[in-house]
Amino acid sequence: MTKLLSSLFGTLKLYPTIIASSVIILGLVALSIYAVVAIPYDKAVSLWRGAEEIWIDTPRYAAPEWTNLFRRDKLPLTFTLYSDSENSVTTVGENSTETITEFTFTYDYKTFPREMNVFFDAQFDKRQPYIMIAWLTPDGREVSMFRGGIRSSHRYPISQDTSLTTHAPDQLPHVVLLADPASLKDAAAEPEVLPGEYTLRIRTLTFDEGSTVQSRFTVYGDVYGMAGTDHRRRDLMVALLWGTPIALLFGLFATIGTSILTFIIAAIGTWYGGWLDAAIQRITEVNLMLPFLPILIMVGTFYSRSIWLMLVVIIVLGIFTAAIKGYRAMFLQVKNSAYIEAARAYGASNMRIIFRYMIPKLVPVLVPTFVIGIPAFVFLEASLAVIGLGDPILPTWGKVLSDAYQGGALYRGYYYWVLEPAVLLMATGLAFAMLGFALDRVFNPRLRGI
Amino acid sequence: MISPALLKFARYTAMRGVALLVTVCIGVYISVWIANMGGYVDNIRRSQITEGVGLSFRGNSLYQDMAPSDKQRLMDDEIERQVARLGLDKPFIGRSFNYLLDALTLSLGRSERMSSNTGSKDVKNILLERLPVTLVLFGTANLLTFFLGVFIALFLSRRYGSVLDRLSVAVAPTSAAPPWFYGIFLILIFASILGVLPYGGMLDAPVPLTGLGRALSMLKHMILPLMAWLMSTLAIGVYTRRTFFLVYSSEDYVELAKAKGLRSRTIERRYVLRPTLPTIVTQFAFTLIYAWQGAIITETVFSWPGLGRLLFQAIGMFETPVIIGSVVIFAYLLAISVFLLDIIYALIDPRVKLGAEGSQ
Repeated sequence: MTKLLSSLFGTLKLYPTIIASSVIILGLVALSIYAVVAIPYDKAVSLWRGAEEIWIDTPRYAAPEWTNLFRRDKLPLTFTLYSDSENSVTTVGENSTETITEFTFTYDYKTFPREMNVFFDAQFDKRQPYIMIAWLTPDGREVSMFRGGIRSSHRYPISQDTSLTTHAPDQLPHVVLLADPASLKDAAAEPEVLPGEYTLRIRTLTFDEGSTVQSRFTVYGDVYGMAGTDHRRRDLMVALLWGTPIALLFGLFATIGTSILTFIIAAIGTWYGGWLDAAIQRITEVNLMLPFLPILIMVGTFYSRSIWLMLVVIIVLGIFTAAIKGYRAMFLQVKNSAYIEAARAYGASNMRIIFRYMIPKLVPVLVPTFVIGIPAFVFLEASLAVIGLGDPILPTWGKVLSDAYQGGALYRGYYYWVLEPAVLLMATGLAFAMLGFALDRVFNPRLRGI
Repeated sequence: MISPALLKFARYTAMRGVALLVTVCIGVYISVWIANMGGYVDNIRRSQITEGVGLSFRGNSLYQDMAPSDKQRLMDDEIERQVARLGLDKPFIGRSFNYLLDALTLSLGRSERMSSNTGSKDVKNILLERLPVTLVLFGTANLLTFFLGVFIALFLSRRYGSVLDRLSVAVAPTSAAPPWFYGIFLILIFASILGVLPYGGMLDAPVPLTGLGRALSMLKHMILPLMAWLMSTLAIGVYTRRTFFLVYSSEDYVELAKAKGLRSRTIERRYVLRPTLPTIVTQFAFTLIYAWQGAIITETVFSWPGLGRLLFQAIGMFETPVIIGSVVIFAYLLAISVFLLDIIYALIDPRVKLGAEGSQ
């Protein structure tokens, strides 16, 4: 047993690419499982199709946070602070309850954030809660901002509150709040950030019994999360994660559908010969010449862009390909070999001969082609997405790439938007291709010398 | 007196031509069916009739003083009559053959929104205008990949086991990614970051006035698509051909030639390249079939104004006649390139001339 294992590892050691590519593929499988567990299908779809309400706490076109590692002047992070028992103090009065919530944060970036918002979720019966907001700066100034009643779901857009910019009308409100007052005096100069600890203080007065107000304060920076965001504020992580199982399954199904069916049909055709073989040959010759992609495009445009319909069409058009001719030549040799003769002599049925004796004999040829075939379909899905025929519902790598391309990511410098899906596609494609090429050498020793 | 070899060659070519024509017909016929399962081809015909009738009524002074409602009724009657004449109210199978003929001759009527550069709305003109643009780029790309592939493979098979040779084996899997994918990286590097080459398109704006200027501008725009094409297709082409040449260079007759003391160049040309050439040409035909279709997306990414980009635009505008027309023209393109390679095959494979096809 140990001898067998050591010889197996001995063989593997000869092919470091097998180990490397297997590690990548296992990683992708793990990522897929994580994606499916962490974000259930329905949630992934609704997040990806999400309107502005879902992605209200994220900025548009934000680069991933880790890009800051490569910058000398760090770009401001995006963060949200929530009211909780730690940052809020509640005092119950005679006919009202007063809560003071303090959101304290340190801001020491060189650049200003893009936007700031305060959101309220209030519960009340008759009287609206009353809110007063103040802004405390590191140099001890106190700026009073919004005061007034709020609805059950209320948004105070700080960045649109022009009452804050009366002394610096050319600047945006949130810039004025974070700027060094000295740098604002000269209207021609660029405002500079006053680094230090800021506090947003919210005083809430509620009047009904059991009335509560939850608040949250969001600063929209230039970077967000692990993957960044796109033009619709969506966290790209959703699509990058969910794109993994979709890409793997699409590639796997399409390859299983085409290569295995091709293989079996070639075996059956060769075994029976005659008109069946001739028919398979003729169908293959015609099918080879069909403009595969334009037909796929036609189906996508006229019927449905669903990834599963595409899969079916790809399989149907992908069965009778050039591979069938190659397999046929090999099966012809197998058909005439002595052990098949022996099987015939003992009266084995046609199906038994095909599936027990002919097909297993050539499986070593099939395995590498099967693995090499996967990337082609993974990229085909992305290709379809790039020409605008991606699945309308599912988040896929191809869709991200297509959005990025349509959104001019390359012109406008949002490189992360293109590179993230591209790197994942490349990793998947290379891993399977490398594994396939290496397996080809293991299974077909004829190539080993070459 | 015609030599029997020429006769055989002519017969072979004619047979292949007919076979390919039949294949194109079947392909286009299938496309007509797919398109008309949602009634799209019928709709093209209907809108053509409506337009034609509308034109003839507007142009005829007889109808000018007629009340609009009467005129409309007359027009509807006329449309009805023409619909019946074309059999649009009957089962599809009868019409499908008419459509096949229309599609094969590219008489697909007029497009709704798209038009050619010369302003024509005729689908045939729109398609034929784009054809040379695609041919220039991808003809160059494919010939470049083919010849570079063969030469590099020969070179490597001569230096079997060298660092370069092993490198070519190692990079073969990079061909898993299609050209457009490498195109995105190339655009990022050369257009976005370095800014030395254009993002896409075919000519600078404003278009250079001289012919030479236009040619240079076009060359500049072709660099990135060609590079992308080579990055994606060259590695695998070199790998398969190298392996192929190596297998053939270990044949006995090559050993004999070596023993005779022939120069390695001669051996390569006469004993390795010559017998493998027919197979290489056949392989090239298969590559071309995929290559023409790969052009669709590559053109889209590089905004190259050829057939592929046209198809992309037609999808966006839901321009049915152009989409169907593209399928037809791609079917022709595949068939014609395979036919040309078949002729070359017949010229270089002695078996065709000797008439040994049947002895498989």
